[in-house]
Amino acid sequence: MNIGTYTLGARLDSLNYLEAQDALIDIIEKSSDVVLDMTDCHYVSSAGLRVLLLAKKTTAAQGIKLYLVGVNAEVKDVMDVTGFTSFFDIYETMEDCMKAIEATS
Amino acid sequence: MFRVDHFPTHEYQGLKLRHGRPYPFGATVFGNAVNFSVYSRYATSCTLVLFRNREEKPFIEIPFFKEFRLGNVFSMMVFDLDYENIEYGFRMDGPFQPEEGHRFDKSKILLDPYAKLIVGRDVWGKQPNWDSLYQYRARVVFDDFDWENDLPMETPVNDLIVYEMHVRNFTCGAGSDVKHKGTFAGIVEKIPYLKELGVNCVELMPIHEFDEFENSRTSPVDGRQLYNLWGYSNVGFFAPKAAYASSGRFSMQVDELKNLIKCLHANGIEVILDVVFNHTAEGNEQGPYISYRGIDNKTYYMLTPEGDYFNFSGCGNTLNCNNPNVRDMIVESLRYWVTDYHVDGFRFDLAAILGRDQNGNPMSNPPLLESLAHDPVLGKTKLIAEAWDAGGLYQVGSFPSWGRWAEWNGKFRDSVRRFLKSDPEVLDDVKERILGSPDLYAAEKRGIKASVNFVTAHDGFTLMDLFSYNNKHNEANGEDNRDGDNHNNSWNCGCEGPTDDADINRLRHQQVKNAITLLMVSQGIPMILSGDEMGNSQQGNNNAYCQDNEIAWLDWNDLQKNADIFRYFKQMIQFRRQHKVLRYEEHLSHTDYLGLGYPDFSWHGVKAWQPWAGHNNLTLAFMLNGKYAPHDDFIYVAMNMHWEMHGFELPQLPEGMVWHVFANTGMEAPEDISEPGKEPRIEDQHEVLVGPRSIIVLVGRYFPKNFVST
Repeated sequence: MNIGTYTLGARLDSLNYLEAQDALIDIIEKSSDVVLDMTDCHYVSSAGLRVLLLAKKTTAAQGIKLYLVGVNAEVKDVMDVTGFTSFFDIYETMEDCMKAIEATS
Repeated sequence: MFRVDHFPTHEYQGLKLRHGRPYPFGATVFGNAVNFSVYSRYATSCTLVLFRNREEKPFIEIPFFKEFRLGNVFSMMVFDLDYENIEYGFRMDGPFQPEEGHRFDKSKILLDPYAKLIVGRDVWGKQPNWDSLYQYRARVVFDDFDWENDLPMETPVNDLIVYEMHVRNFTCGAGSDVKHKGTFAGIVEKIPYLKELGVNCVELMPIHEFDEFENSRTSPVDGRQLYNLWGYSNVGFFAPKAAYASSGRFSMQVDELKNLIKCLHANGIEVILDVVFNHTAEGNEQGPYISYRGIDNKTYYMLTPEGDYFNFSGCGNTLNCNNPNVRDMIVESLRYWVTDYHVDGFRFDLAAILGRDQNGNPMSNPPLLESLAHDPVLGKTKLIAEAWDAGGLYQVGSFPSWGRWAEWNGKFRDSVRRFLKSDPEVLDDVKERILGSPDLYAAEKRGIKASVNFVTAHDGFTLMDLFSYNNKHNEANGEDNRDGDNHNNSWNCGCEGPTDDADINRLRHQQVKNAITLLMVSQGIPMILSGDEMGNSQQGNNNAYCQDNEIAWLDWNDLQKNADIFRYFKQMIQFRRQHKVLRYEEHLSHTDYLGLGYPDFSWHGVKAWQPWAGHNNLTLAFMLNGKYAPHDDFIYVAMNMHWEMHGFELPQLPEGMVWHVFANTGMEAPEDISEPGKEPRIEDQHEVLVGPRSIIVLVGRYFPKNFVST
């Protein structure tokens, strides 16, 4: 069991999405499951949402799981109305997420 | 893979450039460059103006170098733009000679006619900065939505039950109980409701970007702000209305609309867009410069020999639809909505204009309509014409179709309304409407599928108001009640407007049920106006285009108040969906051409097989032979719009079959309608009594042999 985690900063948008994307892909390649900690993130732009989806597709292609943790209410709302939420497993806290991962493994 | 032709060749104030690709028009991402391309036949030069998001002043203006023009197209690639965070516009230089049709003004910053994402009016009703030099701002769009396995649905057109709705009216009102009121996301929340109602297609009133402040003013009745609520006034033909997305403030309207369509499809509901290609929001000579007027006035608009705007739309200008370049733009726009948004069909507002030549004269084979009928990408897309315009061209029954175009059948609306108010002059006409209007569509073999039937639509009274008002009451629109149609064929059932009189209210409910019954048992594609299923009223306003308030919004509390109407609609829709015999594609023969013992369709009167037997030209019955569907039940419908009760002799069914009663609008709920498939058998198999102003629908099916009467 090798759980990779990546922590987002305050924003995920076109100014830092490439950086986040590269780092995430790197982690995905080395991990069995990946947790994206969004607790501090309060804004995700169109470009940012696409990083999340790309990470999801990459993990799925590798047969591993991607979990999102601590998605702020406003970000969650944008993800809901644009249909992105349906692609992800979302947990409120790191602890909840780890419990869920343990339960499935 | 690197391309050798993908390196900058020029530099301007630190930005790297090269000559662009003329096609596609608009802004397109190619690797690390954005390709900007714009057509203007008469411009002498063009400048690309770039802003950082929402900033008032541009950060750079890049002239298209001479070598960046090919033919009449200006195109260039700009490298390394942070394209999520820029907005772009154009300045066009050229002659200002209105009498020649030219209105170039390089002081204006213009929206790209092909803009796919337009920001600047992101929250409904929020006043923009009117002094801003650039108000509707184009952005580069992400077009990589994850559709998974979704595609346009291609539901057979004759199986459609269309629900005409408005994004705001649907969920802004009291009791809608959604989180995202008045938005695409709000409609997603109401999908379970649409499924319960049973419709399988929503027709969205215009969702292209428009200006809700166009012609804004206050109501003389109560001083409230009036808006352009309906949006029949395009700013852009490729971009969704930002303020219809709850995520519009983050400029994610494209994804939100795509998600709506994907969710509707996943629930078996198609999407038709109401599109307005007859004019733009730029108005007449006094109107603003938004795009087309400044990009290439003479190309985009129909002009008089003096250079003034023709006004066949009643909205100040007329789009020059049969100019070859404008034609291409329209085709491109429609293809884009089908390929990128998976839209299933289009309803063309004032479509008769699309058949006028550049001087405004109607053509016999309009090239635009022919192109659309034969377009490869639109090959399975529903095309529905509002077959008239404000210039007096009325083409219901004669709209050029090439076997592809359906029409809003305005004659269905008019005849059925007159029949429902007991007009004795209209029976022969009603018979044509029930049959899918063979008088209009059989000669050219356009079939029943050419006829979109409706009793009410956004223009005119709601169904409840049709039976609550003799006259329109549009004072709140601020035009002294002059606006809106005067030929409503409505009847208030004895009192103008709301009343406590129980008899009048009962009759109104009965008439509403009569109307939906006629719509659902007629051949053709039925269209329901959103809200009619809950008895929505607009307080007698028959032109609520500007009433962004409870006049036009659905009041969801009506669902309880008029629970009988909702239940009736639901069962009637279900009935239609269960009976193929109500949904023919081609016209009926009225003969027994397969030798099944009964003709496919037969007329009856108060005497079976004697259609001429009736009362005051207000009674009529018909029977559909289910074996022709095939494998369906027999259906018999008796209509009595007379104010007296009449007995109708029933045609005899084949051996072993018996009549069951599905609906009787003369009865109070719950006896007014059954659950389809569970209709009770009627005692008297030889005659039914049909009450005053009532319709009875019977189903003939085999009676189970092992049935034991209890």
